[in-house]
Amino acid sequence: MMFASASAELLKLRKRPAIWVLAGVWLTLLTFFGYLLPYLGYVTGDSSAPRSGALADTLPANLVGNAVAGYALFGGAIVMILGALVAGSEYGWGTLKTVLTQRPGRTSVYAGSLVALAAVLLALVLVGFGLSAAASATIATAESLPLAWPAATDVLTGIAAGWLILGMWCLFGVLLGTLTRGTAMAIGLGLVWALVVENLVRASSAVLDVLGTVQQGLPGVNAGSLVAALGAQGESPEGGTPGVAPVVDGTQATLVLVGFAVAFAVIAGLLQARRDVI
Amino acid sequence: MTISDTRLRTGAAVLRATGLTKRYPGGVLAVDGVDLTVHRGEVYGFLGPNGAGKTTTMRMLLGLIRPTSGTVDLLGEPPGSPAGLARVGALIESPGFYPYLSGLDNLRILARYGGVPRGRIDAVLDAVDLTDRAGDRFATYSLGMKQRLGVASALLGDPELLVLDEPTNGLDPAGMADMRALVRRLGAEGRAVLLSSHLLGEVQQICDRVGVISGGRLIAESTVAELRGQAALVIAAAPLDVAARRAVQLLGADRVQVVGAELRLTAGEAEAAEINRELVAAGVEVSELRRAERSLEEVFLEMTSPKDSLRKDSNDVR
Repeated sequence: MMFASASAELLKLRKRPAIWVLAGVWLTLLTFFGYLLPYLGYVTGDSSAPRSGALADTLPANLVGNAVAGYALFGGAIVMILGALVAGSEYGWGTLKTVLTQRPGRTSVYAGSLVALAAVLLALVLVGFGLSAAASATIATAESLPLAWPAATDVLTGIAAGWLILGMWCLFGVLLGTLTRGTAMAIGLGLVWALVVENLVRASSAVLDVLGTVQQGLPGVNAGSLVAALGAQGESPEGGTPGVAPVVDGTQATLVLVGFAVAFAVIAGLLQARRDVI
Repeated sequence: MTISDTRLRTGAAVLRATGLTKRYPGGVLAVDGVDLTVHRGEVYGFLGPNGAGKTTTMRMLLGLIRPTSGTVDLLGEPPGSPAGLARVGALIESPGFYPYLSGLDNLRILARYGGVPRGRIDAVLDAVDLTDRAGDRFATYSLGMKQRLGVASALLGDPELLVLDEPTNGLDPAGMADMRALVRRLGAEGRAVLLSSHLLGEVQQICDRVGVISGGRLIAESTVAELRGQAALVIAAAPLDVAARRAVQLLGADRVQVVGAELRLTAGEAEAAEINRELVAAGVEVSELRRAERSLEEVFLEMTSPKDSLRKDSNDVR
């Protein structure tokens, strides 16, 4: 039954314009800020030192780091919206009761939607990596530089890490959509958390020691640490990607992200399984 | 009527709720000890004013809401179990569908969830006369079409029991007539139908049995004929006070009302002759004695409205 539910959820996702809009926005942002903007900066800027650094980021050798750099903040925010839309809309449209009375059982419906979301996220990561590779190859060719790709295992690690980060944020959205039984409040709260609260804690950690400890447990900070561990250019006065900073090491970041993902999924699942559908 | 009497006329129970109660956090008692039985092949009308607890009860029967207490036996399964739901079709409150999808795609999705073969989709679209508009987006449907798509989705799994919550809501007169015909047809096919409504005419026309719910309690469960059959006798008599006293001695105060210059007695035709004889023996002149035909609506209003307002409103005895 779970696979029947997953296939139903995939059909919904595939036909839903909002999903394509989100995917389009994300892939555009990824290519624009990850490749086009740094390259234009390199081509048109003066010959100071950061220029060559910006170009180096976009080259094939740094594919993994640069492709996942945007996941910590922007990618996370976008898939958080995706998760909130998928979970929250069912309440707003009254479709949850329609689906649940069709037969499948609450747990299968929920598990099916997570499987479908995981598939969509994996597709997003793969397409993102594909676009990044294409952009990076184009830049290297334009600059007559050799196409030196990273090792396949590094690419796979990057894909897995990207999938984990997007999965964690998406589940955060699913949890918020389930908790608030809607989309607007869930998306609002999720964005405030991802874009405001985490940044405030991070910014204040220098002045307040306790916040320095707190931030090590935040989902966004750990996502940023994981992409930094993969070679993404951290935030610095010269540029870099917002939300990327090596606050904790890659292993801890991975464990914390897995922990959050599991916790979000379990809490949302329990709510879905036990709560009255009114 | 006992349950076994009903069984003789219809089939075994497909749905049985016992002592079903829902108390929401904060203490609101939405449904209070409802016992309900629907038999195979019958159309059961679930009647009640808005807010009486109809929808909450139906949601509990389907496992959408967890009862505070009480049990539900849905085709031998607990409520909300896939095995039971596979044989049930439901339309609860307003039809909930994906607005960005066509009617056809909505049904395709529900068919996937329900593990229903695709061939059923054409059949149910045809049954609700929606084949022509199946390719249009749900958001563009009229209320009547949305309602029909709701019934179509309820029929997808070829169910033995249909639970329809006010299926004629928002339909125009022609749409209501079509819906009634459809429900009658479904009943005639041998499916059990549990239909909630606040429209008495509708229930009177299509239901074999009726449960009346008010304030969360099931206050009557009977056939339409039996509900209406608690007939009233209207008696014009003088002196009225003597007649009323005698009537109270005979029937008890709760069965006697003085309405204008007449007595209104809750009594069947069988008792009419004896009541007449007793009144005359008490020195009362009976100038008219007739049976008041009550519509289901009158019975319903009488049952569901507070007693005082009933007395004030009831001078319209036919």
